[in-house]
Amino acid sequence: MSILVGKDTKLAVSGLTGREGSFHGLNNKRYGTDLVAGVTPGKGGQDVEGVPVFNTVHDAVAETGANTSMIFVPPRFAADAILEAADAGVDLVICITEGIPAHDMLRVYTHLKRGTTRLIGPNCPGVLSPGQANVGIIPAHFFSEGSVGLVSRSGTLTYQIGNEIAQAGFGNSTIVGIGGDPIVGSSFIDVISLFEQDDQTELIVMCGEIGGDEEERTAEYIAEHVTKPVIAYIAGFTAPPGKTMGHAGAIVSGSKGTAQAKAEALEAKGVRVGRNPTQVAELAVETVGAKA
Amino acid sequence: MDLLEYQGKQLFAKHGVPVPDGRPAATVQEAVEAAEALGYPCVIKAQVLIGGRGKAGGIKLANSREEAEEHAQSILGMDIRGFTVHELYVEKASEIDEEYYAAIVFDRSAKKPMVMLSRMGGMDVEQVAETDPEAMRMTHVDPLIGFSDFNARELIYKSGIADDVMRPVGAMLAKLYDAFVAEDAMLVEVNPLLVTKSREVVALDSKFTVDGNALYRHPDTAAFRNVGAEDPQEQMAKERNLTYVKLDGNVGILGNGAGLVMSTLDVVAQAGGQPANFLDAGGGSKAEAIVDAVEVILSDEKVTAVLFNIFGGITRCDEVANGLVTAFGQIDVKVPFVVRLDGTNDEEGRKILADANLPNVHIEKTMLGAADRVVELAGAA
Repeated sequence: MSILVGKDTKLAVSGLTGREGSFHGLNNKRYGTDLVAGVTPGKGGQDVEGVPVFNTVHDAVAETGANTSMIFVPPRFAADAILEAADAGVDLVICITEGIPAHDMLRVYTHLKRGTTRLIGPNCPGVLSPGQANVGIIPAHFFSEGSVGLVSRSGTLTYQIGNEIAQAGFGNSTIVGIGGDPIVGSSFIDVISLFEQDDQTELIVMCGEIGGDEEERTAEYIAEHVTKPVIAYIAGFTAPPGKTMGHAGAIVSGSKGTAQAKAEALEAKGVRVGRNPTQVAELAVETVGAKA
Repeated sequence: MDLLEYQGKQLFAKHGVPVPDGRPAATVQEAVEAAEALGYPCVIKAQVLIGGRGKAGGIKLANSREEAEEHAQSILGMDIRGFTVHELYVEKASEIDEEYYAAIVFDRSAKKPMVMLSRMGGMDVEQVAETDPEAMRMTHVDPLIGFSDFNARELIYKSGIADDVMRPVGAMLAKLYDAFVAEDAMLVEVNPLLVTKSREVVALDSKFTVDGNALYRHPDTAAFRNVGAEDPQEQMAKERNLTYVKLDGNVGILGNGAGLVMSTLDVVAQAGGQPANFLDAGGGSKAEAIVDAVEVILSDEKVTAVLFNIFGGITRCDEVANGLVTAFGQIDVKVPFVVRLDGTNDEEGRKILADANLPNVHIEKTMLGAADRVVELAGAA
């Protein structure tokens, strides 16, 4: 198995007729993802290389049975698109869009938590289950099927670490980018709890970064609920306090939220923390090697 | 985006939060005119995006036209902890009876707005929160319901503020919440929240941070952008849509994606170097963006070597290589570059660089190898 996306995924892409949406949506389809629909208001009845386009997500779900929605619309329309997908009853929404106002996400997050639709992102690279399905912009050719579950707040850093792990001989069950914004739909804890239940996953790797207290809370959760080995990486040891480092979430205020504090919190709960991407792969070899 | 005191107070006033009468001024003459219009005593306040203005001598009371002129003269152009004063705010003086503290923050852990109230406002509020946590009352607000009367009661009854001002303080919290939501704020803070001798409640200072992602729906706030306060390199980068943060070292850094760039800074530091900047050229970095980025990095004279760390996903390494070749054609580059290209089209990218035979450009295959190399080339900071 894998988590979140796989052979059962039936994908509808909001914004499939846009430049980025069509490029990545069709890329996902070529990878083997079951892309069943596109959604663009006013373009219902058209198609994108044979994929039917609907005016609303409700129409797409009714006609195609889509169970997963990927959001590729501009930031000012993205919150509405997430709400629409949830209202249409899809199980999972993956929002790639970057730059959604934080107050919009606050309302969307609070609303979704009261229902059953799970959100990944926004401002994330998506979810890839190698050999099964790719929903998002993760370059799939670096990854093969295997036993490492990878969850990260960052895009390119995920590829860097994923690639180091791949070169050390591992494949992945699923790679999940949860996004770098202050408010994201799913946390490290949400994703790690899915990896814990997933048969295919034997080792969990999490890549955090400065800002907030997510990594610290995840350390507590791992100590109490996770039996599988977890290896962590934290970016931003050299970040100066009070400055935003690109990701809206990556800002250090005072002592809380620093990379050092996060690494220490994780290590205190028995999670091994690599000091650079290469070391993460070395720890993976040591950990799984020691297990076998 | 952080707003200056007077800008935040304009937004407060727009949403009915009581503030003293005041006017901004960019010159001594404007300040004197403002003081004459407001009457004496009035306060001349430096407008800079940093705390501790009072202690630094950036806030002064004027009892006459002469004093207003003298204070405006001394404060304008003053350096307050690295920030030059370009603007003043002239405000009618208030008679202080009590100083409280109020704030609304975007609580990332709880994923809710959190409203805070303390009876112990004034200069050292952070210390109050640490030494006497009971004196800082906090409550979360459901973002789908908004700030209810009970939220206000939760704060005013437990904070120990005076009985006679409970109603107006509660009303001010509700108005602050309106401003917080309507203006897409990440933070609003009133310190001190003043009770005057005549027992009126006013916001004597404002700290207001708005969400840059929401500026499209607040054109008036977007126009506030306080250019003089920004570092020249950071300003140049912003004009070119690059995410750049200036640091203190001598190793210039470019990468694609915020997480990878942060990680690159870390490995350079681990290799014994000191990063000069954070620069995220973004996903899908095109040749043009690379030229802009090289210009921004090299405009910092402290830079003695530059590291390009690219992991191609959407970004194609051949485009980055082409951008670098173009940049070298347009700019007179005097410092060594270390380039590490991995991922999408990395071989093509490395071939382009090898064929171009750029002077003093070193190609490395791994991130750690590239970090070691650039630190060696950069020399001591």
